[in-house]
Amino acid sequence: MKVADAIEIVSQTHPGMVRSHNEDSVALDAACGLVVLADGMGGYNAGEVASGIAVSVVATEICQRLQDASPTDRDEASGEELGAQLLRDNIRKANASIFQAAQSQPQYAGMGTTIVSGLFYDNRVVVGHVGDSRMYRLRGETLETVTRDHSLLQEQIDGGMISVEDARLSKNKNLVTRAVGIDAEVEPEIHVHDVQVGDIYLLCSDGLNDMVEDEDIQATLYAMQSNLPLATEQLIQMANDNGGRDNVSVILVKVKGEFAVPRGWLAKLYDWFRK
Amino acid sequence: MAAKLILSMDGAVLKEYPLNKERMTIGRKAHNDIVIDNLAVSGEHAAVVTILHDSFLEDLDSTNGLEVNGTPTKKHFLQNNDLIEIGKYKLKYVSSQTAQTNTDDFEKTMILRAPVRQAAPMAEKSDVAASFMKTQVNANATPPSGAVERTGKFDAHPPVAPAATAAPAPTPQAAAVQILTGPNTGKELALVKNLTTLGKPGVQVAVLTRRPHGFFITHVEGANHPMVNGITLGDQPHQLNDHDVIELAGVKMEFYFKG
Repeated sequence: MKVADAIEIVSQTHPGMVRSHNEDSVALDAACGLVVLADGMGGYNAGEVASGIAVSVVATEICQRLQDASPTDRDEASGEELGAQLLRDNIRKANASIFQAAQSQPQYAGMGTTIVSGLFYDNRVVVGHVGDSRMYRLRGETLETVTRDHSLLQEQIDGGMISVEDARLSKNKNLVTRAVGIDAEVEPEIHVHDVQVGDIYLLCSDGLNDMVEDEDIQATLYAMQSNLPLATEQLIQMANDNGGRDNVSVILVKVKGEFAVPRGWLAKLYDWFRK
Repeated sequence: MAAKLILSMDGAVLKEYPLNKERMTIGRKAHNDIVIDNLAVSGEHAAVVTILHDSFLEDLDSTNGLEVNGTPTKKHFLQNNDLIEIGKYKLKYVSSQTAQTNTDDFEKTMILRAPVRQAAPMAEKSDVAASFMKTQVNANATPPSGAVERTGKFDAHPPVAPAATAAPAPTPQAAAVQILTGPNTGKELALVKNLTTLGKPGVQVAVLTRRPHGFFITHVEGANHPMVNGITLGDQPHQLNDHDVIELAGVKMEFYFKG
């Protein structure tokens, strides 16, 4: 099955109840199996500009490249698959574009953005992220985080300074230790995960997970897995009911079937005829 | 701005200590930041480590230990108005951050400058402690406002309580549904969660959601939509009133508030 037929993608973004504008950006392209979400920061409209650049660079560049290449192609030098390589290179490219814009235009000085992106191919998802926008996975009844925040709080949790329960009480939320566009270079974190039919992937900005407990996110995804548009609406509504202090964006990806890349010449030929 | 400890004994305030250093020690000996000259207090009794707006209390293997809010403690994440007891002495932790004086500061996402270039992803994972130390040093090298790269998010917005200390959204009155027909007749289901699922997956599913201003029923899946008081619902959430009768997958149930 082609990726586009095997996955269902739904997204929604909302400014929240307090903020006057939305600095989050989302993009999705079912044909190449790509989802991207970014949460911008910076004065005036710089946050929107930063997240917008990040999302459009990553989405357009990757999808364009995949028109005449397969994400499973391996780079001869590094042995890395094209999928992972594209994600890393284009997050870096977005970083360079934002950094350059921030350097050359005073009103954009200091702007930056988080990013989380998933590229689905060959029964896998390669995930790239920078900052505290997250990817979660619901498999069966279990909700797990796929990404680990690049934040002070996460580092404190990892270092054993503070327990996960206590972290909710911390006043040091919202301090990210990595962001796109702040420095000349950035190191995106890239991991590849196997997917299973039935999995639901949630990409969100911190406006969701700061306002809604993981338990309620799990309950919503589990109860509404057959109706993704309703699930996105419910998640955003819960964030807003709890105060909606930040922009809140949600992308849901449901895996409905296998999408292995055809192997062997016969399968490739068959696939070529179906194009 | 900075949090502080207020030292008192027998109800009389002795001194206030602003927590303006990354690490402040409490003990009997003169080199401590907070000196309590009493034989029940160990030479180096405890330390308070402050990282931006969070402070942590740690017992330094003292002879007589310490209590926080009446509980003996080795390590504690201090919250506003916590009372630390060392022998007859009391130290009250007061954090002005919770007084909502400057909520804008930490509502915004901010960048904490960390050395990016060295941070190869694998190295970072295997060496979490080292990377933590790096950040900690970074954060405390200069006063908090300087260490944090403020990328000042947008225009001012109304002051709101910080996420951590905000009172939970008001929850509506307790409610329940009681099954009226079928094998489970008489069974009561208390709606204690924000989201309760009704029905059979694959056949007909609806959820009852608890929101600040009441309970709502929403159709999730199935060819048939649920009915409330004999009227079939659309795709939109429908607010429930006391004693509404819900019909779902052939089962009738009554919704009511518990007084």
